[in-house]
Amino acid sequence: MPPPHPETWLRVTPTGLHCAPGGFYVDPGRPVDRAVITHGHADHARPGHGAVLATPETLAIMAARMSEAGAGRSRQALAYGEALSVGGVRIGLRPAGHVLGSAQVVLEWQGSRAVVSGDYKRQRDPTCAPFEPVACDVFITEATFGLPVFRHPPPEGEVAKLLRSLALFPERTHVVGCYALGKCQRLIRLLREAGWDRPIHIHGAQATLCALYERLGVALGELRPATVANRAELRGAIVLAPPSALQDRWARRLADPVVASASGWMRVRQRAKSRGIELPLVISDHADWDDLLRTIDEVGAPEVWVTHGRDDALVHAMAGRGIRGRALHLVGLGEDEDEAPPAAAGGGSLAHGVGEPAVGEGE
Amino acid sequence: MSVPAFAALLERLVFTPGRNAKLALLQDWFATQPDPDRGVGLAALTEELVFTAAKPALVRDMVAARTDPVLLALSHDYVGDFAETVALIWPEREGVNAEPPSLAEVVEALELTPKAELPALIAAWLDTLDAGGRLALIKLVTGGLRVGVSARLAKTALAAWSGTAVEEIEEVWHGVAPPYLPLFRWLEGRGERPDPRDAPVFRPLMLAHPLEDAEVAALDPARYRAEWKWDGIRVQLTSGPGGARIWSRGGEDVSGAFPEIVEAMRFHAVLDGELLVIREGAVAPFADLQQRLNRKLVSAKMLRDFPVGVRLYDILFDGAEDLRALPFDARRARLEAWIGREAPARMDLSPQIAFASVAQLSAIRDGARAASIEGLMLKRADSPYVPGRVKGLWWKWKRDPLSIDAVLMYAQRGHGKRSSFYSDYTFGLWRPDGQGGEELVPVGKAYSGYTDEELAWLDRWIRNHTTARFGPVREVEKALVLEVIFDAARRSTRHKSGVALRFPRIARIRRDKPAGEADRLEGLMAYVSGVAEEEGARSASASSPS
Ligand SMILES: [Zn+2]
Ligand SMILES: [Zn+2]
Repeated sequence: MPPPHPETWLRVTPTGLHCAPGGFYVDPGRPVDRAVITHGHADHARPGHGAVLATPETLAIMAARMSEAGAGRSRQALAYGEALSVGGVRIGLRPAGHVLGSAQVVLEWQGSRAVVSGDYKRQRDPTCAPFEPVACDVFITEATFGLPVFRHPPPEGEVAKLLRSLALFPERTHVVGCYALGKCQRLIRLLREAGWDRPIHIHGAQATLCALYERLGVALGELRPATVANRAELRGAIVLAPPSALQDRWARRLADPVVASASGWMRVRQRAKSRGIELPLVISDHADWDDLLRTIDEVGAPEVWVTHGRDDALVHAMAGRGIRGRALHLVGLGEDEDEAPPAAAGGGSLAHGVGEPAVGEGE
Repeated sequence: MSVPAFAALLERLVFTPGRNAKLALLQDWFATQPDPDRGVGLAALTEELVFTAAKPALVRDMVAARTDPVLLALSHDYVGDFAETVALIWPEREGVNAEPPSLAEVVEALELTPKAELPALIAAWLDTLDAGGRLALIKLVTGGLRVGVSARLAKTALAAWSGTAVEEIEEVWHGVAPPYLPLFRWLEGRGERPDPRDAPVFRPLMLAHPLEDAEVAALDPARYRAEWKWDGIRVQLTSGPGGARIWSRGGEDVSGAFPEIVEAMRFHAVLDGELLVIREGAVAPFADLQQRLNRKLVSAKMLRDFPVGVRLYDILFDGAEDLRALPFDARRARLEAWIGREAPARMDLSPQIAFASVAQLSAIRDGARAASIEGLMLKRADSPYVPGRVKGLWWKWKRDPLSIDAVLMYAQRGHGKRSSFYSDYTFGLWRPDGQGGEELVPVGKAYSGYTDEELAWLDRWIRNHTTARFGPVREVEKALVLEVIFDAARRSTRHKSGVALRFPRIARIRRDKPAGEADRLEGLMAYVSGVAEEEGARSASASSPS
């Protein structure tokens, strides 16, 4: 008997990807009894599950971000390379290269293997283990940047841009929007590698996770809280803040800030412009177009499922390579902090005031 | 390596809102780039150099040959701008062992390469560049750079970088050409001041301050001379052995639009005056003159229907003799003598208005109702001709209604039959930005006063100069000056600018005026009268007809 096709034992449900013989979900969108979690981003790791299986780092991140109870009633750590069996389904975790602790979930049942990538990238990241391709029958990929216009340049060059700007505008505070989990710490490490040894100022929302990264062995150098009360100290300094904080009063009280943003979306000008970004830095923790295709080639799966992102372009490109592509349209993924696409123009994202009433405006 | 450096500059300029930051970026460019590329870059930014060798269709064909049509369409949909889509999607090839081109190489090759070989040449360049470099190159070779660096901004940056007065740079500007090697040599103290010699050169104009009511009483009538303030466009006529040019007030060469004036400039002098449509000695309204502006080719019918002339009011050079240091009265005498001697066609003298007292002058001003007259000019009898706006020498005393020259900032679609046009305009004035520079602050919104043709023109301009969209609102390049008239200005705490205008409407489009010379907020505040507008009160203009 040939091994069963993964679609017979791994199904898309409104709650998320469900493995029936194992009785668990992967990255479920709402509370379930048993969940395997790929990584700590909020759109993948939701609070309120019963039993949670994840890497030790991901469990630590979940515990730091949620209440004790929210991070799962019982938590089981599985290190990269280890495996365990649940209801005849063998579960293994392998590095995804996305953020600290991020894992691909390797599932095997009766000789058939599926790999759930979670989110992943192939670029170098000094804060986490690199992605390892695993041969499989079905590869379940993300496609956040699944359009050929997304090609992330080397992040070192983008960091050099930031440092050049600091040299050119030494009086201005450079405030960089970056996600609190992963991007923030990666950016700090890249800055340290580039020789920036001055203190880096971080927004309050970044502090907990930076401390956790340090505890887990990722050295970040001297970090200071970015208190706007101390404008003078922030002159010529680098301030890291969550993207949402860039639109706050908080950011406007900085000294003549250069507003930067570190995100894969910065590749497209209009995206950067509509958010009032003055210095776009194309630094992403997701695979770009070329790396999506390279990874799909390397895992050699005859069939690839796309969880979220631009599945239309990716499925089309795979068809040209003789690979069967299927869009899963998983609800909830890619919607939270984890590189959510920028809001459409017209939102409250202006750096300066069209929103306010113009003078003499009629009804 | 300079296309990548130029691309990096472009990217920063495109995203940088602050004028000071733009100046710093330009200065960095002058300081760090080698010749001739820094001059080529400067010319490309100010659109002194524009290439048309490569058409957008050529780029379209090049990318179509290299990409999957479905992926290209999906990408174009997502990105919006086609040039940017091409720059991003262009497949990068391993093993391209070539240096990116320099700007000078690009310029030279575009001139020398036969059309049939252009696609291969441009493709080879694109292969050496990253996405930013590709975008810069595509925009450069197709003539669509549009970064909003005015010649004025560039000259200000050159001045700040070199420590030379901007007026001095203006003086030599029309005697130099891209890549400006003698200019840079001079500014770096390595060479002589470029000598414009016989080349027709623009001399920066002397400008007038608006006269406030409070200052009127203090005027000593004996020290001032009065003339009408004509409602035309200010021009400088420069003619000599090196040729004849008509300059707009911003130093733009507008000779091509007024061939009959150039034809009449058979003298050796530099003159200051007002260009007007004049029929049988009578000045026509400004709208008639607008028919003649911004035309590359002027038809015989245009010349017949909208005949132009220049009403002269000052003389800067008589032959090679520089008269600018002379007092106004002496220059006026020289001008009258010059006109008597030369009797140039299509030109006459702007008459002086006799008056004995300020009260009499005020009555004359109020009595002037001709559409061609905006008010009065008052020129101090002893004033030399100095560039710029020196307070106390020349005054402009416009008659009612109140008027400001404001910069268009945002546009919004109208309602009803205007819903397909951008017909509501938010305009702003300059004020200090607190960091030693200037910023625009919105002061009002107008949706009337223009003709249908002006509306169509504005709508097209807005679509071509949009920098951002917010739902129905477009933000535009801060490059278009609108003369806005209004009945009163009141203090208002509801508005960022602190002032609200009563019944603002567009009087005309000032295509001749650079945005940097639009009015300043403090000038408007001088109009402010009365108590603060009540919180939440409807602005009077809300009920204005449109
Ligand atoms: Zn993620
Ligand atoms: Zn995600």
